Amino acid sequence: MNPAFSVILFTTTSGAGYGLLIWLGLFAPLDFAPRAPLFGFVAVGFSVVLVGVGLLASMFHLGHPERAWRAVSQWRSSWLAREGVAAIASFVPIGLFGLLWVFSGSTALWLVVGWITAVAALITVASTGMIYGTLKPIRQWHNPWVVPIYLLNALMSGYVWFTLFTAAVGRQSAELGFVGLVVVVAALLAKRAYWRSIDAGESLSTPESATGLVGLGTVRLLERPHTEENYLSQEMGYRIARKHAAKLRRLAMVIGYLAPLVLTLLGLAAGGPLGLAAAVLAALNVTVGLLIERWLFFAEATHTVTLYYGARAA
Amino acid sequence: MTDLPAAPTPKQLGLVIDLDVCVGCHACAVNCKEWNTGGHPAPLTDVRPYEDDVAGVWLNRIHGFEVGDGAAGRTVHFPKSCLHCADAACVTVCPTGASYKRIEDGIVLVDEDLCIGCKLCSWACPYGAREYDADGGVMKKCTLCIDRIYNDNLPEAERLPACVATCPTSARHFGDFADPDSNVSRLVEERGGYDLMPEQGYRPTNKYLPPRLDTKRFALDDAPAALASAEPAGGFLGWVDRLLSG
Repeated sequence: MNPAFSVILFTTTSGAGYGLLIWLGLFAPLDFAPRAPLFGFVAVGFSVVLVGVGLLASMFHLGHPERAWRAVSQWRSSWLAREGVAAIASFVPIGLFGLLWVFSGSTALWLVVGWITAVAALITVASTGMIYGTLKPIRQWHNPWVVPIYLLNALMSGYVWFTLFTAAVGRQSAELGFVGLVVVVAALLAKRAYWRSIDAGESLSTPESATGLVGLGTVRLLERPHTEENYLSQEMGYRIARKHAAKLRRLAMVIGYLAPLVLTLLGLAAGGPLGLAAAVLAALNVTVGLLIERWLFFAEATHTVTLYYGARAA
Repeated sequence: MTDLPAAPTPKQLGLVIDLDVCVGCHACAVNCKEWNTGGHPAPLTDVRPYEDDVAGVWLNRIHGFEVGDGAAGRTVHFPKSCLHCADAACVTVCPTGASYKRIEDGIVLVDEDLCIGCKLCSWACPYGAREYDADGGVMKKCTLCIDRIYNDNLPEAERLPACVATCPTSARHFGDFADPDSNVSRLVEERGGYDLMPEQGYRPTNKYLPPRLDTKRFALDDAPAALASAEPAGGFLGWVDRLLSG
């Protein structure tokens, strides 16, 4: 599949934004972050900016961005519509959570709203994953690891940003640090499992089943229907060389997962200004690493329609 | 709504495509483009039409395949357009309701005024039936020529999809699969019509008829022994031959 940059930007930034909101929502009311209104304003505000930039980026992918508001109507059947509904609905608890942080002293209500915020963010990210996870013609997406990876990547990048904010005010928590490490390790293992799964997976259909010319021998493409590229060959026929994919996988693994893991450990051990420096580096790495990871998610995906264009498997 | 019709539609309109007689002339694709660029999904935009990298929207494409090897090998021309599936994922994934399947006859259509151009429906189609119109910012697809088959202004004999009407070898047939006595149902019954990629689970309406295996084929061994000898003959013709060779 042709990597759509706007969609890659959307899923990585909004993923980080929702991830950060999950950590803030769950743990700020439990006193793992400063209660100071300014901290709340900056941290929640930053998450909302990440989510907002992502949502705006996704609209640039559309042929008619001005009609984007229509995209929430079909929530009964469409995961894209459900994602839209979840994204819009989650702004209610998010906004309330931020307001309560900044203006209210009530911790009980804040805690409840915080946890609702976390759940709403989780549902939104899971819906994004389901858009891809339910697309049967693309076996690298129609894979049981896709939704867990979307969730774990969001939780991982959210944790890295959460650490950066808390380290900046000298409130980095060791207990929470270990929870974060578990999340990063889980994300890393899930991604490895996904790559193993798609490498071992087999094409559901073949050129023989695509044409129905079964039992007559091997089906080979003799001539394409058109001499130049068309929408299908550009959008679905995108190919990445195997050697580049292998290199990019290593890059994504090192920058996106291993570097944040090591830097988080270092930060937890060092604390203070060194810990903050490690957190900044971790945030940079996880952002770049996940952009590569998400680019590969598209580039390595093969669409069934390519069977009609000479591919032996898809 | 982008929910699929709950019950099987009372009519299931679609095509039967006969791979045995298709000669790959592309007339169906050309007439499709011709009709539809002024019809329901108009325009079928071409971009850079006079450049080397021309691209554009077509709702029907004819692939050419080779199957089998050596003397058993054959060429199969393979027209492909929307199959108007019963389980059309292109409909259910649509977030706006632009993509829908008609309850009365099962035709899958796009309401271009609702389409936001997210392309998700084209990703959801394993057959490559939908093509994005980058100029209009909306998705285009086969309408089964809904503006011909129900068109009272056309003579009854012409109320057929443009591709069917124009096919010079009658490789394309249009009809109602819900009626077991219809032309298309009988063809499927008699000729072993089949679904493309049933394993994908989309339950396409359109059916394909396989190439006939018992067709008398022109193998080299069966060819007449040789062409007539060009050696000089005797008599009058021999005399002419010697004269001209001189």
